[in-house]
Amino acid sequence: MSTVQTSDLGVIPATLVESQRRRSAAPTGDETVATGPPPVEIRDLTVAYHERPVLWDVDLTVRPGKLTAIVGPNGAGKSTLIKAALGLVPVAAGWVKIFGEPFAEQRRLVAYIPQRGSVDWDFPTDALDVVTMGRYGTLGWFRRPGKRERQIAMDKLRQVGMADFARRQISELSGGQQQRVFLARALAQEADLYFMDEPFAGVDATTERAIVELLQELRSQGKTVVAVHHDLNTVDDYFDDVALLNVRLVAYGPVDDVFTHANLHATYGGRIGFLSGGPAETSAAVAD
Amino acid sequence: MMMVELGVSSPLAAVVAVLGLEWSYTLRNVVAGAAVLGVVGGVLGSFATLRRQSLLGDTLAHAALPGVCIAYIITGSRESLPLMIGAGLSGLVGTLFYLLITRTTRIKDDAGLGIVLSTGFGLGLLLLTYVQNTGGSGQSGLDRFLFGQAASLVRNDVITMSILGAIALATVVLLFKEFKLLSFDPDFAASIGYPTTMLTILITALLIVAVVIGLQAVGVILVVAILIAPASAARQWTDQLSTMLVLSGLFGAVSGAIGAILSSQITDLPTGPAVVLIATTLTAISLLAAPRRGLLWAAISRRRHRQRVQLASILHDLADAAAGEAGAVIPLTDLQAKRGVPGRLMTRQLAMLASRGLVARSINGREGWSLTAAGAEATAEASRRERVWKQYMARQMDLPVDAIHYDATEIERVLPPEALAMIEAELRAEDAAAIGRASDVVAGPPRRPSRPTARPGQAP
Amino acid sequence: MSIALVIMITGALVGASCAIVGTFLVLRRMSMMGDAISHSVLLGIVAVFFFTGSRSPILAVLGAGAVGLLTVSLVELIYRTGRVKEDAAIGLVFPALFSIGVILVSRFPSAVHIDVDHVLYGEITFVAFDRLTLFGVDAGYRSFWLLGAMTIVNALFVLLFFKELKLATFDRGFAAALGFAPTVIHYALMALVSATTVVAFDSVGAILVVAMLIVPAAAAYLLTDRLLVMLGLAVAIGSGSAIGGYWLARWIDGSIAAAMAVVAGVVFVACFLFAPRHGLVARYVQLFTVRRAFARSLLLSHLRLHPGGVSMETIGERFLWSRRMTSNVVTAAVQDGLVTDSPARRLTLTKLGSVQAQQVPGH
Repeated sequence: MSTVQTSDLGVIPATLVESQRRRSAAPTGDETVATGPPPVEIRDLTVAYHERPVLWDVDLTVRPGKLTAIVGPNGAGKSTLIKAALGLVPVAAGWVKIFGEPFAEQRRLVAYIPQRGSVDWDFPTDALDVVTMGRYGTLGWFRRPGKRERQIAMDKLRQVGMADFARRQISELSGGQQQRVFLARALAQEADLYFMDEPFAGVDATTERAIVELLQELRSQGKTVVAVHHDLNTVDDYFDDVALLNVRLVAYGPVDDVFTHANLHATYGGRIGFLSGGPAETSAAVAD
Repeated sequence: MMMVELGVSSPLAAVVAVLGLEWSYTLRNVVAGAAVLGVVGGVLGSFATLRRQSLLGDTLAHAALPGVCIAYIITGSRESLPLMIGAGLSGLVGTLFYLLITRTTRIKDDAGLGIVLSTGFGLGLLLLTYVQNTGGSGQSGLDRFLFGQAASLVRNDVITMSILGAIALATVVLLFKEFKLLSFDPDFAASIGYPTTMLTILITALLIVAVVIGLQAVGVILVVAILIAPASAARQWTDQLSTMLVLSGLFGAVSGAIGAILSSQITDLPTGPAVVLIATTLTAISLLAAPRRGLLWAAISRRRHRQRVQLASILHDLADAAAGEAGAVIPLTDLQAKRGVPGRLMTRQLAMLASRGLVARSINGREGWSLTAAGAEATAEASRRERVWKQYMARQMDLPVDAIHYDATEIERVLPPEALAMIEAELRAEDAAAIGRASDVVAGPPRRPSRPTARPGQAP
Repeated sequence: MSIALVIMITGALVGASCAIVGTFLVLRRMSMMGDAISHSVLLGIVAVFFFTGSRSPILAVLGAGAVGLLTVSLVELIYRTGRVKEDAAIGLVFPALFSIGVILVSRFPSAVHIDVDHVLYGEITFVAFDRLTLFGVDAGYRSFWLLGAMTIVNALFVLLFFKELKLATFDRGFAAALGFAPTVIHYALMALVSATTVVAFDSVGAILVVAMLIVPAAAAYLLTDRLLVMLGLAVAIGSGSAIGGYWLARWIDGSIAAAMAVVAGVVFVACFLFAPRHGLVARYVQLFTVRRAFARSLLLSHLRLHPGGVSMETIGERFLWSRRMTSNVVTAAVQDGLVTDSPARRLTLTKLGSVQAQQVPGH
């Protein structure tokens, strides 16, 4: 078992970033993982709210063992893509398969981190209890979480550097700490595929580093991560693959291949019309 | 029902006896009924408030009134079961209509609740007056559903209420985990396969049961308070949902029972308002005095914090003025000039510090104060925390919302330990570098890296 | 003047005065605050009776206005502590204030001069016997004067501050930036809601006022997108419901005030079902049209990707359409000359279809 703990958050991730650059630049040997069916296979996916298309004809096969970012402007359907994959929104056409089967049959293999702002953090519960919720899926109806579930939850809290906050009421946690609790809950699901909706939104620098390290660790264990991401500047540093989305899928592949001016222009449209440079300038224009 | 009598009567009988009341058949029913209502309303009201649906209870209750009247018109019976069924069905129709108009049109939640509430209540009153005018005034006794009349409860009513309540509570106990997750994070719940629509319908149905139980005792207009007040009170005392449910049920039962006793003893005191005022009083006390969340405690802690800051700055002033000289006596007038605080306040604060052994007073011609060894140590420690804090603030700005009035003295509470360790390591490295440079200049023997502030008792 | 006419005019004035302020309650998403105020003003009315022994309408309006503002401020105070959510704060404040009022009414009926029935239904049947005497001269029905004055005050307030109200309602932040003091507007509106409730109290009782505040405004909201039109429609619906309510009550021999609320509810339901653009029927027609268009674009887009032709069965499976739905969509597309159905039962795009397929949504 890997013992890479994220408790030593003082480490500046420059080295990590460096190693990741190398990783994405050189063709990696990770392909050995890709023997089974793909972790996420989306075909002809169309989702509409009130008959207005939010996603149109999206085809996407996520590479296993990779960190994939979903990037695009506001209203591009990024969160909807994840929610559709999880069966949280009705689908107008097309299908999604998770490791070769419909999601409903593969729930145990999937972990989900909703947007942090989607819950009421004044809810009467503590960090450990929230992480324990990650075990509810395997517990079944009526059964209460016991010692074993709490033990797993505690381990996951430790893994995100939050062991000392286990009994802290969740409203007393900072934004970054709350995000870590959500991460720990996803880890407690002990899944092979992780869907994350804006994991880096509104977190502090320390937490951002911790999340990056955690993503690395998940990848080193052969897990697949699909995350909605907002900051074009860091896509290159944090992720292997990127899916550019604006209702339709504009491009998908390794970050270096996909982040071309033409692709970004196609994704963000006129909103980056003035720029001539690469993604670094782009983010200034599309930051919301 | 045995259970009801055993559960409620023994402790309350004692209270009632002390109050010099007769533990009569009527009183027993009244108290048991109000207590059952309180428990069920408290528990289900907790979920409603947490799900931001507390006013749905109000709408439900008003929309239940037509059902009561229709059930009476159809059955002609004053038995509580048919009336309760009528109330429940009519509340359900109201809820569905509320959902329909808010989901399919541009009518917002608040207006949807208001429309169903007022129209439902109007229809209820119209039917009520119709029943009274046709069947003879007051014959129906349906008035009791308006403001509640616990005294009208008979044994059978209480049994019906208890059974309904027991079913509702048993469902909550059984599905506690599921209801908790549904209330906290419905998207996540759906992602792990919970049938969230079914669960939402179920929890709303249980809310209807709670309202229906409350109608006879507290009345249509005020039943909402039995859902909201105990839950809001309980929330202040605990951060655990399970404890909150138990406390809320308890507060509800206590309010219900006491309100019912008072109303049965004092003429012209309607039960509903009595129960509501007791529950509201409990809530007010909880909001003010509950440990940690209570507003009084918050005010006290703000005061303490201000005082701590003032005391710390006096220590700093003393240390500055001493300029490293251990035990240097600083004239009181100098200190006062520096702080610009009233003389009396400063004297009191100095006395406070002296009582903790941090400063010593000496009168040598004129009044002066000096840091003791312990005081110097404390000042040094405070400066260190201050530095770590400033460093952290400068780098992160990632604080819990309610940490705005925290300060360096609470640093361990606020900062994650690893962040604390990291910043301390950085500061040590900085100090070591500074000392290294200094020793280059002085060319003296390298000293042990020490804290930035001079150690007490070390004369330079 | 006949009793019936007096009652109907009184009711119409209640409907009009309530609808004017109610429109802004509905638009500002504060309907439940209106509900709260209408309950808690009872305490204001009772307290004035109780402490001054006076039945002066001016004092009652002042007392109730004060309690109305107290309700709003208490809710905000509790909510701002961050310990209780806003809806729960509303639900804590008004039942408590209302309870105090009810207890005073029940315990001290002689000092208060009103009873519980009055709180619930008002005493609209008595308005015809309640005439105002000014300087020893009979000046007509008291209710006309009071409610008429209230309607005029409300209308003047809305007309004078129309721009400010509009801005404060639709863009609070922008209004503040322009120096329009949305908080002052907010409290002024709440004070008017309280005063209106008190004046309407005698006619329809404290609780049914909320029906007149919210329901006509909500119905009008379904009929128009223009604020001024909405105000006019709300006033018309409110007054009309009051008059209709009188006849309904006479017909089934029930409370006039309750019947007025019921008629307002019926009018709302009618608007909810049949409003031209926002009603349920209209929405379903729109939805049906949009769904047809959406299905067509799905079909065209799919056929464009498969120039070799696709069978009807494949399309049904692909979009999870029923056999009938598939056949309807395809037949319509064939009729419009977008798709050809080859003898081999394979569907392909026509030239016109290809052009349209390029314009299919997504962007």
